[in-house]
Amino acid sequence: MSMQSAFSAALLDLRLPCPAGLCSSNGADPASRFAVYRNNVQNSLINALTDGYPVVAQLVGEEFFRAMAAIFVQQQPPQSPLMSRYGEAFADFIDAFEPASSVPYLADVARLEHLRTQAYHAADAGPVRPEQITAALAAPQGLSDLCFTLHPSLHLLHSAYAVVAIWAAHQQQPSLEGIEIHQAQHALILRNGLEVEVYAIDHGASVFIRHLINGQPLLAAAENSPEFDLSQTLALLIARNVITHLNNKVTP
Amino acid sequence: MFTPDDPALPRTQAALTGLPPRAGLGLKTGHFREVLDTRPDIGFFEVHAENYMVAGGPFHHFLGLIREQYPLSLHGVGLSIGSEGPLDTQHLQRLAELIERYQPHSFSEHLAWSSHGPVFLNDLLPLAYDEPTLNRVCAHIDQVQNTLKRPMLLENPATYLAFQHSTYDEPDFIHEVIRRSGCGLLLDVNNVYVSCVNHHRDPLAYLDALPLHAVGEIHLAGFAEDSDNLGDRLLIDDHGAPIDRAVWALYWQTLDRIGPMATLIERDNQVPSFNTLLAEAQQADEMLLCAGSRP
Repeated sequence: MSMQSAFSAALLDLRLPCPAGLCSSNGADPASRFAVYRNNVQNSLINALTDGYPVVAQLVGEEFFRAMAAIFVQQQPPQSPLMSRYGEAFADFIDAFEPASSVPYLADVARLEHLRTQAYHAADAGPVRPEQITAALAAPQGLSDLCFTLHPSLHLLHSAYAVVAIWAAHQQQPSLEGIEIHQAQHALILRNGLEVEVYAIDHGASVFIRHLINGQPLLAAAENSPEFDLSQTLALLIARNVITHLNNKVTP
Repeated sequence: MFTPDDPALPRTQAALTGLPPRAGLGLKTGHFREVLDTRPDIGFFEVHAENYMVAGGPFHHFLGLIREQYPLSLHGVGLSIGSEGPLDTQHLQRLAELIERYQPHSFSEHLAWSSHGPVFLNDLLPLAYDEPTLNRVCAHIDQVQNTLKRPMLLENPATYLAFQHSTYDEPDFIHEVIRRSGCGLLLDVNNVYVSCVNHHRDPLAYLDALPLHAVGEIHLAGFAEDSDNLGDRLLIDDHGAPIDRAVWALYWQTLDRIGPMATLIERDNQVPSFNTLLAEAQQADEMLLCAGSRP
């Protein structure tokens, strides 16, 4: 095994001994110095998760969070030097993490926090002016073919829990008082200008937006969705600068 | 802009850096708005390249605005130049795109490794100073400089242990890398101090053994105190504290040897208010001014 293979394995697996071939000028045990690198690696990765998942950390407390993150770090270290991407699999890990099973909504809160990070760094795209959208909606010709391109930061999350309410309750004074935890919620995550915003929308609106993202024309997307308030949903998408392109799909 | 003919710098150093011989600060996301609102008198800003390898959003928005007003140093922390395996060409391509977009005055990376195979370890790990490592590091630097079409600066490391089979002294190894590859030296004075304390060396002798003619930028930072199993002082380069007096003193000795040189105040942990960092930058600026006015 090469030096860096042994070094790297022992950095991540705390059960492994300090690699051979290391020394110190004062004759100190190399293990006591190797420990510095081990701590740096472990702590920097755990800190990256703490930064990315602040509400998850609040929900379970710092000590529990760090212990959980340490196991994740050892099992799934980063596969890229781009740390903004690290932790994509953290929510799925939490889902399967037995000691956290008493907080059943924890994984969905992690999913929401990860989507917020993705929205924050997503590509930029300018909105279509509201007058243009109004004009396109008022034009009888082409309305049935009208398609919207939505902002690259837009994400949807369906949760069996009140994930938006739980997340929002932790933005200031953390408290779950008054929240019906088991009330399913549909989250809409987007970046409006420089700010990431999170909304709870109803099931029909969520399905409708999903159809739009998949390229369905406006009218078809509305018809293929459970009952929802179309004008209110469109008003939200326009007001939050989500519609970045209009086009009339040519029907084959 | 890149100004290789700046008469204020000796020719060899001018070719390695376009940064002005002033103090600069690491640009922190929490300070974006304050920098734009107050336009502080700072020589340059430095950013970690990897943080800006994202598609869009606030990071690019603010860096674009700040870049219009200040010189920029791009500092990589993820290229893993000392890796036993090949360089990540995708990552190198991302660097080339970032350099194309922001036209930084300087690009630097570390004499260290941070990836092994597909795994990124998010730390700057130590190298054995032997012939195979020397050949590998020089080949990787060649690849970087050829891809980026510009010289890079290589930062001297802070280390906590050594390798039994090393055949070079650290400063000699750095000397040889710089001679062979033609890259410049990012002289991290805090790293010099930390490594010398950890390896029981004389910092001034270490400094004098480095290729000081090739310095293109200086880094200053704070360290944390620990101890090894013998109870000896073990300093950790954590960028989480104000610059230590011993490091300021070594910085002065450095300026005495090389003259004024772009100097970054690094702080990545326990980041204080912008004004606190600005005060450290002003202290460095005063020393740079003194160094520049000496005969």
